[in-house]
Amino acid sequence: MAKLKPSKGAPYARILGVGGYRPTRVVPNEVILETIDSSDEWIRSRSGIETRHWANDEETVAAMSIEASGKAIADAGISAQQIGGVIVSTVSHFKQTPAVATEIADKLGTNKAAAFDISAGCAGFGYALTLAKGMIVEGSAEYVLVIGVERLSDLTDLEDRATAFLFGDGAGAVIVGPSQEPAIGPTVWGSEGDKSETIKQTVPWTDYRTGEVDKFPAITQEGQAVFRWAVFEMAKVAQQALDAAGITPDELDVFIPHQANERIIDSMVKTLKLPEHVTVARDVRTTGNTSAASIPLAMERLLATGEAKSGDTALVIGFGAGLVYAATVVTLP
Amino acid sequence: MAATQEEIVAGLADIVNEIAGIPVEDVQLDKSFTDDLDVDSLSMVEVVVAAEERFDVKIPDEDVKNLKTVGDATNYILKHQG
Repeated sequence: MAKLKPSKGAPYARILGVGGYRPTRVVPNEVILETIDSSDEWIRSRSGIETRHWANDEETVAAMSIEASGKAIADAGISAQQIGGVIVSTVSHFKQTPAVATEIADKLGTNKAAAFDISAGCAGFGYALTLAKGMIVEGSAEYVLVIGVERLSDLTDLEDRATAFLFGDGAGAVIVGPSQEPAIGPTVWGSEGDKSETIKQTVPWTDYRTGEVDKFPAITQEGQAVFRWAVFEMAKVAQQALDAAGITPDELDVFIPHQANERIIDSMVKTLKLPEHVTVARDVRTTGNTSAASIPLAMERLLATGEAKSGDTALVIGFGAGLVYAATVVTLP
Repeated sequence: MAATQEEIVAGLADIVNEIAGIPVEDVQLDKSFTDDLDVDSLSMVEVVVAAEERFDVKIPDEDVKNLKTVGDATNYILKHQG
């Protein structure tokens, strides 16, 4: 039997650079209140959200991704030609064929990098990061561009008072590359398809096309069920990710949970009993919930404001529609 | 041993105090969590999870919406506690 040559990758992988793009239009709660019967105080108390960004016609999924990626590439100090893989996580790119990752890879000037999209909702960044790490350690790419990008304003029912205020648009990107030391811990991830009704698109696209429904599909959720699962089940997953990486809460510098809702973040911090010194990402206040984009966007902001610094140890956890989740510990770029 | 009605109300009072900062003496059977005790729908989930642990009872999401008052929650726990 012929013997295959083994693949040869890097010993470990790390995040080398991060970049974000937030659409130019800032949308305060007052705008949301034009279509729902609520109040600024109610929205802030239930979600922590004060403003979010909504994309205009030019701020497409590809355009926002390219902006964020350019910054991540510059931050990593590499050239686009060195990128061997582009992974895009999104649920709000409405032209599904071809994968938007291919257009992004081309426009960035990569050298025919492998490029594909994934769908893992608000856990998408962690899923894509895990794939990127595998590609680098296995040897199929030296550098991988991971993008979380959403235009959730296109999937928001502005008349639903439970969700109209939640969602925002934006793109976050990281460059993952080789490392001599472990800098992305083991991923604790999974799915709970038995809870698929908890967060979902209201109807399939085809129902809209055939006229079976006259309202464009939107994302809907069962708030209390999501809250319970996100806080109490995800706190266990977050703890498992710390344990898997061999990091104690005292050694942790930064906590970057998916920016779903500040109440979830507060409750997770309490449930996890994180020490006072741990910096907690609260980007949701001015960015809203941007699903797959939320973790890299929050990471970028913490580093830009100086609240976190390069080399810090950060726990990241994404969770959402599926239900799916992914948590890991990373060294910040 | 199963908790009595008084013990459950006292336990819920502790929990509501911890989560919403409401004085324990205000937590009475006829009080509505939302209208009287400043417990909104998300805090209610925290109350429920804390009550589950304290009283060894399972309160599924679909039952939470029926627990409007401290009395509703007390009766639920009395009936379902392990």
